[in-house]
Amino acid sequence: MKEVDVVVIGGGVTGTAILSYLSRYDLRCMLVEKAPDIAMGTTKANSAILHAGFDAPTGSNKARLNVEGNALYHELKDELDLDIKWTGSYVVAKTDEEIAALEELKARGEANGVPGLEIVSGEKLRESEPNLTEEIKAALFAPTAGLCWPFGVAAAFAENAAENGAEIVRDCEVIRITPEADGSGFIVRTMQGELKAKTVVNAAGVYADKVSALAGDDSFTITPRKGEYILFDKTSQQSLVKGIIFPVPSKTSKGILVCATTHGNVFIGPNANDTDNKEDLSVSTPGMNEIIAGAKKMIANLPMGAAITQFAGLRAVSSTGDFIIGRSEKVKGLYQAAGIQSPGLTSAPAIGKEIAAMVAEDLGAKEKAEYKKGRPPQPVIREMTREEQKKLIQDDKRYGLIVCRCETITEGEICDAIHRPCGARTVDGVKRRTRAGMGRCQGGFCGPRVALILARELHLPVTEIRKDGEGSFLYYDKEQEAY
Amino acid sequence: MAVEKVELTCITCPMGCQLTATVEDGTVTDVTGNTCPRGAQYAREELTTPMRMLTGTVKCKRGRLPLLPVVSAAKLPKTGIIAAAAALRSVKVTAPVKAGDVIVKNIMGFGVDIVAARDMQMA
Amino acid sequence: MIEIKDLYDIIIVGGGPAGLSAAHSAVENGAESVLVLERDREVGGILQQCIHNGFGLHHFKEELTGPGYAQRCYEMVKDLPQVQILTNTMVLEVRENKSVLAISPDLGTVEIKGKTIILTMGCRERTRGAIRIPGGRPAGIFTAGAAQRMVNIEGYLPGREVVILGSGDIGLIMARRMSLEGCNVSEKKPSSSTKRTPADASPADIDNDWGNGGCRVKAVLEICPFSNGLTRNMVQCLDDFNIPLFLAHTIVDIKGTDRVTGVTVAKVDEKMQPIPGTEFDIPCDTVLLSVGLIPENELSRELGVSLHPLTSGPIVDQHRETDKEGIFAAGNVVHVHDLVDFVSDEAEIAGKYAALTALGKLAPVERRLSVNTGNAVRTCVPQKLNLPSADSVTAGTRLFMRVTKPMKKVKLLVKCGDEVVLSKPLMIAKPSEMIAVEIPADKMKTLNGDITVGIEE
Repeated sequence: MKEVDVVVIGGGVTGTAILSYLSRYDLRCMLVEKAPDIAMGTTKANSAILHAGFDAPTGSNKARLNVEGNALYHELKDELDLDIKWTGSYVVAKTDEEIAALEELKARGEANGVPGLEIVSGEKLRESEPNLTEEIKAALFAPTAGLCWPFGVAAAFAENAAENGAEIVRDCEVIRITPEADGSGFIVRTMQGELKAKTVVNAAGVYADKVSALAGDDSFTITPRKGEYILFDKTSQQSLVKGIIFPVPSKTSKGILVCATTHGNVFIGPNANDTDNKEDLSVSTPGMNEIIAGAKKMIANLPMGAAITQFAGLRAVSSTGDFIIGRSEKVKGLYQAAGIQSPGLTSAPAIGKEIAAMVAEDLGAKEKAEYKKGRPPQPVIREMTREEQKKLIQDDKRYGLIVCRCETITEGEICDAIHRPCGARTVDGVKRRTRAGMGRCQGGFCGPRVALILARELHLPVTEIRKDGEGSFLYYDKEQEAY
Repeated sequence: MAVEKVELTCITCPMGCQLTATVEDGTVTDVTGNTCPRGAQYAREELTTPMRMLTGTVKCKRGRLPLLPVVSAAKLPKTGIIAAAAALRSVKVTAPVKAGDVIVKNIMGFGVDIVAARDMQMA
Repeated sequence: MIEIKDLYDIIIVGGGPAGLSAAHSAVENGAESVLVLERDREVGGILQQCIHNGFGLHHFKEELTGPGYAQRCYEMVKDLPQVQILTNTMVLEVRENKSVLAISPDLGTVEIKGKTIILTMGCRERTRGAIRIPGGRPAGIFTAGAAQRMVNIEGYLPGREVVILGSGDIGLIMARRMSLEGCNVSEKKPSSSTKRTPADASPADIDNDWGNGGCRVKAVLEICPFSNGLTRNMVQCLDDFNIPLFLAHTIVDIKGTDRVTGVTVAKVDEKMQPIPGTEFDIPCDTVLLSVGLIPENELSRELGVSLHPLTSGPIVDQHRETDKEGIFAAGNVVHVHDLVDFVSDEAEIAGKYAALTALGKLAPVERRLSVNTGNAVRTCVPQKLNLPSADSVTAGTRLFMRVTKPMKKVKLLVKCGDEVVLSKPLMIAKPSEMIAVEIPADKMKTLNGDITVGIEE
C-alpha cells in the first residue's frame, strides 16, 4: 500500500496552494481530486478577484488570511509567473447612507491592516471608469486589490508542487477514511485504491463537511451558495469597465459587481442563492435577470449582444460563518481548510503557508534544502515579442499553427498544456491552462480540434476524450456506431 | 377505388406553395394550391416516384483527410436513400482519389454510381 | 522555402469561396500578384464540411456539393502564376497601410505588404452564450457547424439522441446528416407520406422509442413563428425523416451534469418570451445550436473599419471597398449570404475593383450616395455608392437585400428621392432568402441623390 506523510483532499486553489507549501518541506505529499482535473469546483467559477481585505470582520480568519494572502500574491506573481493585474478595486455609493457605509468599510479595512484605502468622489472614479453612472457619488478605492486567473493560480501551485516531488492524482474520489487504531495515521480508501497517510488535509470545497465527517469530525456543515455570472466579449470592454466595481455589500455577499478579467473580458455577477445541491451549476433565467438588473445600477447600457457565456459557481459557506482552518478539534492528524468562500482565492497562499507549517511542525519535518521555486516556463505566443515568436516557431513549428482563433492559441501551447506537470487531460482542462475555447466563439471552432490533439498526445481514442466532468464524453466513433 | 388527399410543400421555387394532391389508386388525378404548372408536376413526381440525391462520406486510407465526401451521380429513389447511406459505411478507398472517380458502382442496383465529390491527395 | 514578395497588388485574408473567387477575378482584371492567406490546412473554407449538394446552380450552372464547389474555386486559381496561396497561415493584424501580420509554422510571424487588401474571413456561429439559454453546462452542446465538422471531416458523431435548436439551413442540413449517419436500417424507413404541417407538431410526434444504437434527431425547435431555412431543406431534411419541427418554441432548460440528459422546451409568445405552463421535456444527449451566423470582423474592427450594426459587417460601396481606402471586403464577412453563389459573385466584384485600385485604373469618385433601407427591408449591401462621372460608369450595380418578415406578392421599389429608379414585383419575400436587384448602368449614370430600397406591401 502506498504510504505518504500527508494527503490533501481536494484540488482547488486551496488544496493546490497547501500542496505547494507542503512541498517545501521534507514530506511525502499527495493530493487527491475526485474530478478529472484540478480547479474544477469553486475555483473555476468565481469572481477572480484578489481582494484587499476590508470586508471581513476584524479578527476573523477571513480578515487575517485575506490581508496576508493578498501580500503573498504580490510576491508570488513573479515567482510563479501568475496572470495578475493589480487594478485596485472600487466600492461605489449613490446615497448618503451608502457613503456612510464606505466610511465603515474603510475603518474596518484599516483595522484589518489593509493599506492605502481612500474614499474618492464620483467624478474622480469616472475619470478611470467613464461608463459608470453619474448617480454614483463616491467610492472606496483599495489599491492593493487585483484581478487574477484562478485556474492559472491553481495550476501554478500544482505544477510547483509536482516539480518538488508532490504527487497529484485526479479522478480519485475519497470514499472512506479510517483512523489507524494506534493513532499513527489513516487508511484512505479512494476510487483508485487505498493509501496510508500520517495526516489528512481537508480542502474539499463544498464537500469539506462530508470529507471531515468521513474522518470522524462532523462539527460543521457546508452549504453551497450559488452565484451566477454573465461574461462579455473583449470588444465590449470599452463600453464597460477596466477594473473591479463593487456595490456596497449586503449581509450575504459582496453584491453584484461589474468587473474586468485579466484577459480583457468583463463579467457581471454574481448573485447569491443557497442551494442544497452540491453539483448544481445551472444558470437560470431569473438569475440572469437578477444580475443584469444589479449591474445596470452601475452601468445603464449593458452590451448584452456581446455576452459570450453564462456560468455559475458554488461558494462553500460554512456553518460557523468563518473559514475553518487548522487542526481538527476532534480527530488527531486531520487538518481543516474548510468553508473557503470569498475571500478564499485571495487567502489561498496564506492558508497553504499556515497549514503546511502546522503539518510540518506536528510531523517534525524540516524545509527542504533543494526546494525549487517557481514552475516550468509556459510559452504564451500572444504575449511574446515578434523575435521571440520567430525563434520559438523556428525551433518548434507547432507554435506557428493557430488552433484557437479567438484567443490566438497555438498547437504548441496546447501540447505544452497537456505535457506539463499535472497537465491537461480534458478539453476544458486545455481551456483553463491556455484559454483555447475561452473566446467569443466558445470553442465552436477549436473544441473539436483540441479533442483531436488530446487524443493524439495522450494516445487515447477520440471517444475517450472528455469535456470536463467524469462522464463528460464528447464523441462517438461514426464507424462503430453505425450498423 | 381508394381516393386520398395528400398535402405537400412544393420545393420547386422559394414560394413554397402548399399543395393538395388527390391520389386515386396510386395515380395523381388532381393538384390544387399550386401557383404555376411546376407545382402540379412536382406533386405528381413526388407522389409517384420521389427521387433524392445522396451525399455522404467514406473512409479514406492514406488521405490528407480521414474521410472522402461522396455524392450520387444522379438521383436515387427516395425509398432507397437510407439503405444506400448505410451501404456507404463499409466502403473504404485509398488516396489519391480524383473528383468524379466512381467509388461505388451501381449502388444497391439502382443504376446510379456513387462518385468522389472532391480530389483527395495523399497525406 | 516559401518566398514572400516585397509588395503584392492584393492580399486576400481568407481562402474560402470568397477569397478564391476574389483572387480569380483580380487576376482576370489585371492584378499581377495576389496572395491568399488561409488559416486552415487547405482552402475552401466552411464548404469542405458542407458535403451536401445544392451549391453552384447560379454561379457554375451546375449542382455541386460543398467540397465540389470549393474544388472548382480552387481549380480556377491554382495554376495562375499571379496567385500565391499560403495555408495554415493566420492573419493576426491588418493595418491601415495595407500590410498584414501573419503567423504560420513555416513563416513564423511575418509582415507582408500589399497595395490593397480584401477581407474574406467569412462568419462564425452564434453561441449559446449570445442567446442566454439557461441550464447546466454538460458535454453534448455543440454548435451545428462544429458538429458538422466532426461528422463530415473527422468521422465522429456528437451524440445519439439529438435536439436541434434553430431551423436555419445548417440546423436542417445537420438533422438530415445525423439521420443518415445514425439510421438503423432494420427498424426505420423514411416516411412514405409527404404530409406534414410543421406548425401542428406536438410532443406526441417526438419519437422516443426507436431502438438501440445509431442516432436520431428527435425534434427541431424554432423560436420564430416561421422557419428560417430554405423550403427545399424543410422538406428534404425534416419531412423525409419524420423529424417534427416546433415553431415558436425554444429551450428553457438544459439538464445534465456531465453529459446532456434532456431539455425542457416551451412555447413562446409574440415577444419570444416562454409561455409558462407550456413546458415539456425531451430526453436527449445532444443539443445542436443553429441560432445564427455572425460575420467574423475582429480584424476589421481592430483596423477601425466602420461596421454596420445590422449586418455586423463592414459598410461597403458598390466596389466592396470599406471606408478605409484600399481595404475591400466580400462574402459572409460583409453580410451573411444564403447561397455561396452570391458570395462568389460579390467576391468577384471586390477582386475586380481591388485589382483596378492596385493598378491605379479607377476613375475618380464624383458622387457619394448612400443606400438606405425603407419599409420592410432590414439590410441592403452595398450601403454606399461612390460613383465616378456619368461617362466613366460602365457597369450596373446589384443590391443584395434581406427583408424583415415573410411577405407574398409585394413590390420592391428602389427610389432616388421621389423618383422610382426600379420596381420589381416579388411573388414571395422571406427573411431567410436574399433578394438581388440590379440597377442598370444607364441608371447609374444619372443617379444624383441617396437611394432608398423598400417594399410596397
